[in-house]
This record gives sequence, structure tokens and C-alpha cells, in this order.
Amino acid sequence: MGDDNRVNEFALRIATVNGTGSASANGMLMQAIFRMGIPVAGKNVFPSNIQGLPTWYEIRVNGEGWTARTPDFDLVVAMNAETYRRDVEGVRSGGWVLYDSTWPLPDDAATREDVTYLGVPLARMCNAEFDGARTRILMKNIGYVGALVALLDLDMEVVRGMLEETFASKKFLIDANLKAIDLGHRYASEHFDCPLPIRAKSLGATDDHIIIDGNTAAALGCVYAGATVVAWYPITPSTSLFDGFSKFCKRFRHTESGEANYMIIQAEDELAAIGMTIGAAWAGARSFTSTSGAGISLMNEFIGLAYYAEVPVVIFDVQRVGPSTGMPTRTQQGDILSNVYASHGDTTHIALFPADPAECFTMARDAFDLAERFQTPVFVVSDLDIGMNDWMIPKLQWDDAYRPDRGKVLGAKDLEELEAFYRYLDVDGDGIPYRSLPGVHPKGAYFTRGSGHDELGRYTEDSEPYKKVVARLRRKVINAGASVPQPVIERQEGAEFSIVSLGGCDGAVREAIAAYREMGVAVDYLRVRAFPFSEEVEAFLREHEHNYVIEQNRDGQLCRLLLLETEVPRERLVSVTDWGGLPLSKIAVIDGIREARVNGDGREATGVHVKGAQA
Amino acid sequence: MTYIAKPQVRHHSLPENALGLTVRDYEGKLSTLCAGCGHDSITAAIVQAFWRLEIEPHRVAKLSGIGCSSKTPTYFVQEAHGFNSVHGRMPSVATGANAANRELTYIGISGDGDSLSIGLGQLCHAIRRNVNLTYVLENNGVYGLTKGQFSASADVGTKAKKGQVNELEPIDPVLLALTLGATFVARSFSGDKDQLVPILEAALRHKGFALVDVISPCVTFNDHTGSTKSYLYTRQHYHEVTQADLVPLRKPIETKQGEGEATQVRLHDGKLVTLRSVEPDYDPTDRDAAYMRLRALQKAGEVATGLLYIEEGDSDMHSMNGTVEQALVDVPYEDLCPGSDALAKLMNEFR
Repeated sequence: MGDDNRVNEFALRIATVNGTGSASANGMLMQAIFRMGIPVAGKNVFPSNIQGLPTWYEIRVNGEGWTARTPDFDLVVAMNAETYRRDVEGVRSGGWVLYDSTWPLPDDAATREDVTYLGVPLARMCNAEFDGARTRILMKNIGYVGALVALLDLDMEVVRGMLEETFASKKFLIDANLKAIDLGHRYASEHFDCPLPIRAKSLGATDDHIIIDGNTAAALGCVYAGATVVAWYPITPSTSLFDGFSKFCKRFRHTESGEANYMIIQAEDELAAIGMTIGAAWAGARSFTSTSGAGISLMNEFIGLAYYAEVPVVIFDVQRVGPSTGMPTRTQQGDILSNVYASHGDTTHIALFPADPAECFTMARDAFDLAERFQTPVFVVSDLDIGMNDWMIPKLQWDDAYRPDRGKVLGAKDLEELEAFYRYLDVDGDGIPYRSLPGVHPKGAYFTRGSGHDELGRYTEDSEPYKKVVARLRRKVINAGASVPQPVIERQEGAEFSIVSLGGCDGAVREAIAAYREMGVAVDYLRVRAFPFSEEVEAFLREHEHNYVIEQNRDGQLCRLLLLETEVPRERLVSVTDWGGLPLSKIAVIDGIREARVNGDGREATGVHVKGAQA
Repeated sequence: MTYIAKPQVRHHSLPENALGLTVRDYEGKLSTLCAGCGHDSITAAIVQAFWRLEIEPHRVAKLSGIGCSSKTPTYFVQEAHGFNSVHGRMPSVATGANAANRELTYIGISGDGDSLSIGLGQLCHAIRRNVNLTYVLENNGVYGLTKGQFSASADVGTKAKKGQVNELEPIDPVLLALTLGATFVARSFSGDKDQLVPILEAALRHKGFALVDVISPCVTFNDHTGSTKSYLYTRQHYHEVTQADLVPLRKPIETKQGEGEATQVRLHDGKLVTLRSVEPDYDPTDRDAAYMRLRALQKAGEVATGLLYIEEGDSDMHSMNGTVEQALVDVPYEDLCPGSDALAKLMNEFR
């Protein structure tokens, strides 16, 4: 501690009560660090509640750009008496506890000798300076931001600028906030040795970057991909995807006379939401729905219909902790298998696994193209951490040459020239039939159905015609493996083993691989970005004696999927899981792999070994 | 097989509509429903209504859920796109399709199991959204394909084929629709084509959700003595009501000025529909009064039929949304994508 290494390399945890306005104070703090040019990320660990329960906000500052979650907190801001004890316990040895010293800390929280307590009488100062209960509570939050500005040596000009921007239309709020900032700042400067050894220093490493959450980025991707009909049912953590879509549509999708080039329908439930999505896609619109695991369960019957009737829908699953209602405000990757094999009977679906908001944006676009090209549902499998937390990513870009891939859709002229149109005939031998849209031409008419049908589109209860269609569907979807986003593969000379992962695990895994490298251990890395797996995935797995498959669910779902859908020998895959509901950290990766290696091949007789299951 | 191809024989004597199409051009495959099934009569009425309205067949979208009733879209308007969806979920599929392409004429066919049990929620919410959809509820009081279980429209005291008596209160789709703010509510009987065809025509012209509940006896499982959804029972009780035939709507497009108790309602395409109340003081544009009168008739075991309520306005799901006039499926991509410059500008707001 105290050495220069701690400049731009620390993590904070801010413990508050939800509904007290701390979220905006915390967001401002993080953004100020970002504007100083220092890589930063925020993780909101919040309750499923409106007001009154404990909530935490974690900020990781890292000049090298490692912004995955770390459980190692240098400083804790303890503003919630209810959680004082555990918040103080959560500080690393040698760290700091910033608390409201209006009241003394309870004995069981005040006794650590290996941390430094920094008491600021925030409530007392705010009560003296501000009127109104609500204002006093709000300003207390701004007050600790002020103290942190002094303690962490943040750029006061940046903070002031942000306040002025935020409250541009409400001058009196600027003054109040500035006053609160100064209160905290002055008190900390006068009473503590500021700045602390952990501190920020302007870096210039965030130019051309933005702070955004994955749901907002996905919503923007849908707007840019040309989605017009959206149906959804409110569910945490996917709701903000629709808030985002709605906001962007209000801005970008109204004609000069004010009419809407889109329709957003808040459905009565998830069954209706997917039904509407299917209806709109059948009629020819780019259409999507967004939900979380519970919603996917409810949508299952309709997903099978879309698969069998070959209707191109896009479904975002912003995963949360299951099973059942689970922990709605915690993150997990527990829906991999329930997405890929959603619905009864033989089904297989295309699924894309974004790692961050940047990929939420691009994969939203890809999902529509793939859905229409392959005429099948496509899942974008995000999670709460990606969807709702603040990530630093490069600015999103758009290629104006892009045009939607609508796939094999026959127009009026095509149909006119056809002798006869058969919806499910494999004319080109690629497993993808031709599609007609309602209202276009009399020759395009056919009956869309979830009941048995032959390749001419007729109802059937006969084995061979039924099998011909259903066999083609499997071929069609598996063939998509060559067209989905390809895996990211990074090899090192003389790698001892490989790590295989997906989605939001990416940041922590990369950080772990860098740490291994420092330890002199070379590790290869495969990040699966989609299902069906491309040939590269299987080839990579075969290259390595030990592939540690890291993911955030109890059962090792990606690992199981790899075993089911490739021919890779079982003994080459070892599952390492971390599934308690918080975003993955480097430490969890390294500890998990160590444990699996110590335990030999790490496998139980019944199947894939699951490290976390004994936890 | 749920249909048999129908031979295309064209009689020279068949009249043509303004599109040069005969009624045969609005037919579909041959029905495989039981001989005498009420649903087939409804299909025939639908064929008539589309022909008379001179709607281009391929500009129709016909949707259904699951059940005997839901098979029937195969049997009419061959050149229309059809969608046989999942049980009880046709309203959502129709809502989505209508959202995407508002220019087509949508007809949804459902049954009492499909609409009033598994699909009750979707029916209610489609009504609330006032989706521009003609919703035909082929109501026979039983589940046919699974061999005769009571549905939610079965009356208290009605007997199943094997003798069980229903003790559960029925859900009356007409009363339900009225409470939910439906803008068009009608009931008819599969056995009265003269009444049903004009009702369907008015429903298809109506802008917004049009519920047409049609009593349609199941000859195999619910046409016996003791059933309140049999042909005999319906005719007997219907006949009584016919005299009090609430709104005989014989010629929906013509106005008949000067006849007593006539109410004229202007449809969104400018045409007038004349409703002639046979029952004194029945006002088909007064939701609350209609509800009370229909509730009383239901209590008395009578099957009130006719165009029971109509509220013709310009509002539907799209007008509430403020959607462009053009079908969303026809809006060019260039009008949908904000482009790279807009994105570059937007990115500065995320710093």
C-alpha cells in the first residue's frame, strides 16, 4: 500500500439504502473517473425492491483496462447502518471505511484494526445546510461523493462540469449539489491525509469510449437493424431494453408529421409477447421480444411453433438467477440449455452470446439477419451483468452500407412467375425454403401451422413427409454454425491448457489469463460466441488435453452443450462454474481452475464435474 | 387429413362481384368436420360475407388457434394466408400481424374452449387493444376433438352426452366483451345464415375489434336432449328471441329511413349501418343499457342474437399508437435506420 502502484488501480464498494437517490450519485462518481480518462466499470448489486433495502454499488478503477468485477475492495463507503458489519468485513486488510460519523459505528463494526476508519458527519452537515427531509437524504449522497473527490484525488472541475450538465435546466439544483460536494470535500481535506494511496490520476485512456449498459446497446442495435414491431412483458432485468428501444424510437422513428414508424406493445404476459412477435414476423416485420428466464419458460410452446413453422423471430434473454423466480436482481448464465433446446419435441435454436454491450449492439443486428436468413427463432443470450451494469466500451459505429438480409422472401413478381409456390420445399438444397408474406400475391398463400406438415405445406400425419421437414430443420439450423458470429480464439506459445468460456465471463477470464502469463503459465483461450458451434470450436477443443470450461451456472451448461453437440471426448472438458449471482472475477477463475486441477480430472462418475456444486 | 381438395367446378350461372369473382373463389378446401357441424354453416356465411364485400382474397389474413373451430380457416378464402397457431393464442398472433401490416383484412376463428378457457386472457386483451380484427367465436359448449368435455360456455344444468350435469357458471363472451369495452359485439346462430352474413359483413367493415359469438351446435357431442347448445334447444329459445330479435341486420349497407326504432351508425369507411331494434327501447349504441338487457335475457335462459352493441369510431390499436398510415412492413429500411452520423452524435451523450 501507499506505493504508486495503487494509482488508478482500486475498487470501491458503496453501501446504501435503495430508493434514497444514491444510484445517481454513484453513477456520477463513476462517470467522473471515466471522464478523467481512466478505465472504470460499475456493478450495481441491488435488491428486488423499490425502497428501503440494502443496495451496493461497486466501482472498479483500473488504468490497464481490467474492468471485470473484483471482490477485493480497497475502500467501502458504509452508509447503511443495517449492513455496517458485513460492509466493514468486506474491506481488504489495509483498506479504508468511509462512514457517516453523525452516529458512532456499532461495536461489532468498529473493531477492525487492519483498516482505517474515515468518519464524515454527513447527516449532521446536511441537516445544518439543507432543508427538507428528501433533500437532506439526497445531499448526503452527494456529500460522500465530495469526500471521495478529496480522498481519491478526483478532478473537481470534471465533477462540477457533470453536475452543471445534469441539472442544466434546474439551476437551484446545481447550487445545492455543488454545496454538498464542497461540504464533503472540505471535511475530508481538513480531517484526513488526502489523497489516499489509492487515487486517481488523469490518464487519457478513455477517448473514443462510452459508458453504456447492454440493454441500451441492444435496443439501439434493434433500432438500427430496422425492427418495427416489439412486444414485451415487464421483467427484471430485461425491462430496460424496452425503455431504451422506446426512447430511441421516440427520437429516431417518427415522421415529420409525428407518426410512428414502429409499434411497441406491452403484452399481457410473455405468452402473448412472443405470440405478437411471431405474428408480426409472419406478416413480414422485423420483430423481437425481450425477457428473462421465467419468460422463456412461458414462451416455450410458441418458440416451438416459430421453429416448426419457420417464423423468424428474435428473442433477447437477459438472464437472471434461477430456478423459478430465483434472485431477480442477480446475474447468472443459467438459460443456455433452455434457450438452445427451447420447446417440446425436437428443437434446436440459434443462440448468440454477447460478452459486453458492444456485442449486444452488433449481435442484435446479426440476430435479425440470421433469423430471416434461416427462418427460425434466434436468441440473444445476455445477462443482468451485461444488460444492466455500466460498461466502458469503444464508441458504437455503424456502416451505412448495411442492408437487412431478409432471406428468401418472394415478392409479387417472383410469385407471379412461379408455376406453384410451396412453402417448405428445399428448392436450393441448403435446407432453407422460400417464404411468402401475407397480402403480397394470391399465389403466395399457404397455411402456416404448428401441426404436422409436408414440404408442400399441407397438413400431414404420415411419417415420411413429416420426417422430411423435421430432418431438414435440424440440418438448416446446424448449417447456420458457419454463419453465426465466429468464436474468438487466442493462442499462446506452449499453452499448458485452455480456457473455454462465453458471454460476460470474458473480462474476468482475460484478466486471469494475463495473471497466468505473469506467473509464467501460457493459456489458450476460446470464447464461444454462438450456437450452433462452428467447426473451429471442435478443432480447438481437440487441440487441448484439458479445456476448462468456465461459466456462471451450477450445471456447467456450456460444457454439457459442447459434449452434446461436438464429438470431443468427454475427458478433455472440465467444468468450472461460479454461480452465486455476482459477476465473475479473475480470482474465481483462478481459484476454480486450481481446485479442478488439484482434484485430478475433476469429474464425477455421473457426468460433468461441477466445482461450485459442493459450495 | 383435415381437408380434402375441392373440385374446381365453376357454374356459369354464378353471379360475380365487382372483382369478377364468384362465391366459389372465396371457398377453401372441403371440410372434414362431422356432417351437420354448425361450423360448416358459419364457414359458408363467411364465404358469402367476403364475396359480398368484394374483398380481394389475397388481402385477407385468416388466423385461428386449436380445436374444431380452428380448423375452419382451411375451408374458406383459399387465396388468403392462413395461420393455425397454438391453443388459445390466436389473438396475440393476430395482434402482431396487424401491427406489422394494418392494410389486410383480419379474421380470427376460435371456439369456446380456445377463447374462454385457455385463451381467455388473450381474448380480453385483444378486445382492450381494439385490434382491427373480426373475431368469430364458434360456440358449442364442448371440447369436440377431445371427445365432449364441457367448455367454459356450458350453461349451468346442461347435460353432457354421457349424462353429467354442468354446475359451473358459464362465461358469456358477449357480456365479457361489453365489460371490456369492445366496440362491436354480436351474437348469431349457425342455423340462421340470413342473420349471420350481414353481421359478419358489418364486423369485417368495422374498424376495431368485432366479436361475433355464433352458437354452433356440435352434432357429435352436444346435440342431445338436455343440452342447451343443441340445434333443437337453440332453435326453440332462439325463436323466442327472434320475435324479440334485438337487432335484425338484414342489409347492412343500406339505410332504411323511416322505420321505427332504427339507429344509424356510420362505419369508418363512411357507409351507414342501420340497426332495427325489434325489442322496444333496445339501444345498440348504449353499452350499459345493452348489458343490463342482455344479462336479463341470459338469466331467463334466452339466446339473445343480433348486432348487440356497436360503437363506431376512428380508434383502433394503430390510431392509439399513432402509427404511420402505411403498413409497417412497407416502410423502407432507409426510413428506419438513423444512420452513422446520428449514432456518432448519440455516442457523445454516453460519455
